[in-house]
Amino acid sequence: MNREISPAKQFWQLVATIAIIVYTVIPLLWIVNMSLKPTADRADGKFWAHHPTLENYELIFAGGAKDLFLPALLNSVLVTMIATLIAVILATFCAYAIARLDFPGKRLILGTALTVSFFPVISLVTPLFDLWRRIHLFDTIPGLILPYLVLTLPLSIWTLSAFFQQIPWEMEQAAQVDGATSWEAFRKVIVPLAAPGVFTTAIIAFFTAWNDFVFAISLTSDNARTVPAALAFFTGASQFESPTGAICAAGVVVTIPVVVLVLIFQRRIVSGLTSGAVKG
Amino acid sequence: MSTTSTEPTQAQLSDRARDERRLGWKLAGPAFVIMVLVTFYPILQAVWTSLFNYRLTNPGGREFVFLRNYQIILTDPLWWQAFGATTLITVVTVVVELVLGFFIALAMEKVIRGRGPLRTIVLIPYSIITVVSAFSWFYAFATDTGFIDPLLNKLTFGMFPADFDWFGGFWSAMVPICVSEIWKTTPFMSLLLLAGLTQIDGAMEEAAIVDGATWGERLRRVILPNMKSQIMVALLFRTLDAFRIFDNIFIMTGGSNGTSSLSLVAYNQTISRTEVGLGSAVSVLLFCCVVIIAVVFVKGFRVDLARGRK
Repeated sequence: MNREISPAKQFWQLVATIAIIVYTVIPLLWIVNMSLKPTADRADGKFWAHHPTLENYELIFAGGAKDLFLPALLNSVLVTMIATLIAVILATFCAYAIARLDFPGKRLILGTALTVSFFPVISLVTPLFDLWRRIHLFDTIPGLILPYLVLTLPLSIWTLSAFFQQIPWEMEQAAQVDGATSWEAFRKVIVPLAAPGVFTTAIIAFFTAWNDFVFAISLTSDNARTVPAALAFFTGASQFESPTGAICAAGVVVTIPVVVLVLIFQRRIVSGLTSGAVKG
Repeated sequence: MSTTSTEPTQAQLSDRARDERRLGWKLAGPAFVIMVLVTFYPILQAVWTSLFNYRLTNPGGREFVFLRNYQIILTDPLWWQAFGATTLITVVTVVVELVLGFFIALAMEKVIRGRGPLRTIVLIPYSIITVVSAFSWFYAFATDTGFIDPLLNKLTFGMFPADFDWFGGFWSAMVPICVSEIWKTTPFMSLLLLAGLTQIDGAMEEAAIVDGATWGERLRRVILPNMKSQIMVALLFRTLDAFRIFDNIFIMTGGSNGTSSLSLVAYNQTISRTEVGLGSAVSVLLFCCVVIIAVVFVKGFRVDLARGRK
């Protein structure tokens, strides 16, 4: 990679880089600007907010949209965190077994995980909607966590299996030679080595659950509604005139922390996403 | 995966093997059971329910109708309209994403200065909630709040109407829907393709350059054939994902002007109309479509997922 690059090539690389950056950030910048526009400027047809104001943020945190947004935010955080935690713990055990132990059914488990990740989630919604109503899980936090495991478990299992296969075998065997049982070898040797992979998997699983919309609008009504679903219903079921500003502000609030997380852990996420999906 | 160590004696081997087996299922079991319970049970339930005329608001009127629901759906133009729209969106977005994703992947691999920021920034669309992306593009295209109409108007010196209603017709509404979908998922595509690109033996490309191959020839003869399996895996993933499109359409048009996708039809039957029987039938049909796509990819194009993903 030390080859000299000609100025012309450098120029085109710069153009490509700028084009890609513009492409990626425009919608984000746009919704930030929308959230900063006062109501009077909303239809001015301009990209930038010329008279930035925080009134939309006030609306969702202290004003009329507070009761719609804040509970949804709390639900989102709760459901996503718990679903991620459970998925990552279960997937860690599962992936360890797949990467390290010799037992029949390994391919079955990986195959199942793959099949499940291809499931059209809406196909699960109809039966779950019916069942959840009967067993009183409809519109509850556990009623969302369970289906979220369907989203997060398969990808966690794949990503973690890939990570675990890169961990040096010898360490575990050395521990076992020194008298540790399989379980001790797992806990004392592998867990510290595997922590980065587990962490990355947790972030990816978190995004997936955080992003969900289908389950959220179908399996909740008032109590357990998460942010994506609440945003969609700002439009219909709101007491204030135009929900546009509130939607944009709320959208920014739930986006910025995640974007920051991605920017910090960029390298890990890239390797996690691709190792889970393709690894030669 | 199976680098089992050489065991000293036969007896020890079977003992340890049995131990390992038990531990294996103990560790992997819970995840497996949950996956199976929360997906396979509902889909079987859906198959069963789809044979009934069953409306939640009228549980007493539940009656066995066998395949009537399927007959109703498959003779309804609404289903075929949604099927067409879903297929159109899938084909358009996946093709555009493949091309766009490939160039972004190339840029990420080739660009020397600013590679780090590039790889970081490409993840931004991935990290944004689909619903938020849908709203952002919706407001960008909308006649009242949007900046796209005025911009196009200015760029075409007034030829493009300044108040063009993108969401007023089927074809024009497809533009923002596809744009939002493409914008959000291209990064994932380009990361998968980048993984394929970086695996290509650099020496092969060098050799092609020495032999005087043009860039187009290198692309066709060296780069693409060598990353074929990654391309196919990426295509399979994105096709199945695009076929399930729901969020963008729900937010942008709500399915008006025939823009409903199959997922939206299933949602409307079940949740809005509480026709659980019909909704289940739609869900089962959608599931079958996904299975067919996956089988076509795996058998027809010989996508080796086990090798591609191991």
